[in-house]
Amino acid sequence: MTPPRKKKMNLKQRYALMTRGLDWETSYQKMDDVFPYDTFEGIKITDWSKWEDPFRLTMDAYWKYQGEKERKLYAVLDSFAQNNGQLGISDARYVNAIKLFLTGVTPLEYQAHRHFSHLGRHIRGVGPRVAAQMQSLDELRHAQTQIHTISHYNKYFDGFAEFPHMHDRVWYLSVPKSFFDDACSAGPFEFFTAISFAFEYVLTNLLFVPFMSGAAYNGDLATVTFGFSAQSDEARHMTLGIEVIKFMLEQHPDNLPIVQKWVDKWFWRGHKVLGLVAMMMDYMLPKRIMSWKEAWEIYFTEAGGALFEDLSRYGLRVPKYADIATDEAEHISHQNWAIFYQYTQAAGFHTWIPGDDELDWLSEKYPNTFDKYYRPRFEMWREMEAKGERFYNNALPQLCQTCQIPMGYTEPGDPTKIGFRSSVYKDERYHFCSDGCKDIFDDEPEKFSQAWLPVHQIFQGNCGGADLSDVLKWYHMDQGIDNMDYNGSPDQKQWDAWQAARKKVAG
Amino acid sequence: MAVVALKPGYADAVEIRDRKENFHGNQVVYLHWEEHLSFCAATAFPLPPEMPFGALTEKLIPQFYGMHPDFKSLDWNSVEWKIDGEPATPDMSKSLAENGVGHKSLVCFRTPGLNGYKGSCS
Ligand SMILES: [Fe+2]
Ligand SMILES: [Fe+2]
Repeated sequence: MTPPRKKKMNLKQRYALMTRGLDWETSYQKMDDVFPYDTFEGIKITDWSKWEDPFRLTMDAYWKYQGEKERKLYAVLDSFAQNNGQLGISDARYVNAIKLFLTGVTPLEYQAHRHFSHLGRHIRGVGPRVAAQMQSLDELRHAQTQIHTISHYNKYFDGFAEFPHMHDRVWYLSVPKSFFDDACSAGPFEFFTAISFAFEYVLTNLLFVPFMSGAAYNGDLATVTFGFSAQSDEARHMTLGIEVIKFMLEQHPDNLPIVQKWVDKWFWRGHKVLGLVAMMMDYMLPKRIMSWKEAWEIYFTEAGGALFEDLSRYGLRVPKYADIATDEAEHISHQNWAIFYQYTQAAGFHTWIPGDDELDWLSEKYPNTFDKYYRPRFEMWREMEAKGERFYNNALPQLCQTCQIPMGYTEPGDPTKIGFRSSVYKDERYHFCSDGCKDIFDDEPEKFSQAWLPVHQIFQGNCGGADLSDVLKWYHMDQGIDNMDYNGSPDQKQWDAWQAARKKVAG
Repeated sequence: MAVVALKPGYADAVEIRDRKENFHGNQVVYLHWEEHLSFCAATAFPLPPEMPFGALTEKLIPQFYGMHPDFKSLDWNSVEWKIDGEPATPDMSKSLAENGVGHKSLVCFRTPGLNGYKGSCS
C-alpha cells in the first residue's frame, strides 16, 4: 500500500505549526515558575492567544531572506573598500557623525539583541516570544553589519578603534548607555514599551532618517547600504511596537495607567537621547538634509500626532511634556553642540565652529532663536579662537541624574536661563535638567539614585585618576588624535593630503 | 511613588551611589554664573566642606570662569548670590558648610550689568 501523499501546507498553516505549534503548557512545573518575569509589573493579560503576530515569518524563511540581504550588503561593502569609498565623502568632518553612531548607537543594537533574546525566553505568550526571538537575531545582525561597514573608516580615521570600551566609560556615551540599561533592568512589558514602542515606533524615524539620508547626502554609500539592509527589519520592529501597546490596552483596563506612565517616561528619555542626533543633523553633516526642527515637525508633531489620535480610542493620550519637547526642538541641537565644543578635550570625535555659510543656514532654519541666542555664542568663541584663546571649559559639568546629560537646557520659554530642578530622596539632593527627568526620578528614586554619573565617578576616583590625561587614558582616547578640534587634527591632515594628491592627478 | 521591583526588599537594599562619604572627605558643589551660557552648564567641584566661601571668589571662579570677556569687569561687591535657589549673602571668611553649602548644593551668582557677550547671555 502506498502512503497517502502529504499535502503541501500553505504559508499560514506552516507559520502556525512552526510558531504557536511549538508551545505547550507545562505540567511538572508551574507556569509562574517557568515564566517568573512577566507578571510583577502589574500588567494583566487574560488571554495570550489574542496576540496578533506582527512578523508572520518562520525561522527558515527568515534565514533565507536575511541571507540574501547579507550577500547584497557585503558585495557593496567590498566594492566600497576596493574603490576607496572614503575618498568620495563630502568632507572628512562628516566622519565624525559616523564615530558618534558607532560609539553611541551600535552598542545599543547589541544590547537590544541581548535583551530581546531574554524576552524570547521569558514571555509566556508564544506569539510575542517568537517575535522577540526574531528581533533578537535582527539586532545582532544590525550590530555586526554596522561594525563591518564602519570598520572601513577605522582604517583611515581616528576615534573608531575603541568603540565598545568607550561606550562603557565615556561621559557622553553614558547617555545612550544608561538609557538602554534603564530599559533592560525594567520588566519585559516596560522594555517593550520603551524600545519597541516609544523608540522604534514613535521616534525611530528621527534616528534613522537623519543618519541614512545624511549618509546619502554626504557620499557615504556604505552606511546607506546597511541602512537599507536594516529597513525591512525596522518595519517588523515597528509592527511589534504597536502590537504590544494595543495588546496591553485591549487585555485589561487596569493596564492603561501603567502603559501611559511608561509612554510618558520613554518618550521623554528618547527625546533627550535624540538630542545627539539633533546636533549631528544641524552641525556635523557638511551637506545638510533638513534641520532638526523640520525633522521633529514631520516625524513627531505630524506623524506622532496622527498615531496618538489613533490610540486615543484606547484612552492613551499624547505623552506628557510633548509640548515642551517640541519647544526644545528650537534649541537642543545648538545647546548640545555647544557642550561638545567646550569639552572637545574629552570628546572622542572632532568639533568645530560652523563656517559663515553654515551659520547663515542655521539663522535661516531657526529664525526665532538662532541670531538672538546662539549665533553670538559661536561668534564670541570664533573671536577668541582667532586671538589664540580657544574657549575650553576646564571644569566638569553638572549632570542630570536621570538623562545624565550636562544640565545645559534652558527654561521652557526663556533661553537665557538654565532650567534647574531638584528632589530630595533619603536626605540626598538630586538634580535634573527638566520636569520630565525629575518626574521619572520621583517615580522610581530607588532606581535612579544608583545612577553611575561620570562626573561624580571621576571625583570618587573610579575613572583612572583626577587629571584629564588620566581619565582620557582610562577612556582609551588618544590625546591630540581622537579628541579636540577638527582643525589641526590628524584626520584633517590626511584628508587635505588626499585632496591635494587628487588635484595633482587631475592636473 | 516607589519602584515596582521583582525582588522583595529591593528598595531597602539600594546603595545610593553618590553619598557624601564616597567623596573622600569632599562634598560636591555646583557653581553657575547666570546669564553666561557660553558655560554650557553649572560646573561641579569636589570641595572640603570646611573650605572658606571666599576661596570660590579668589580661586575657583577666576580659574574656571576667568577667560570670559565679562570677567575682567566683574565687581564682587555687586554680585547677587543664591544657594540652592535661595538668595544669600555669604560670609567670605566662613566655611562653605557654615554658609549653608552642603553636599550637591548649587551656588549661583549673578552679575548685574554683565550679561554675556554683547548682552546675549552667552
Ligand atoms: Fe536594530
Ligand atoms: Fe535630564
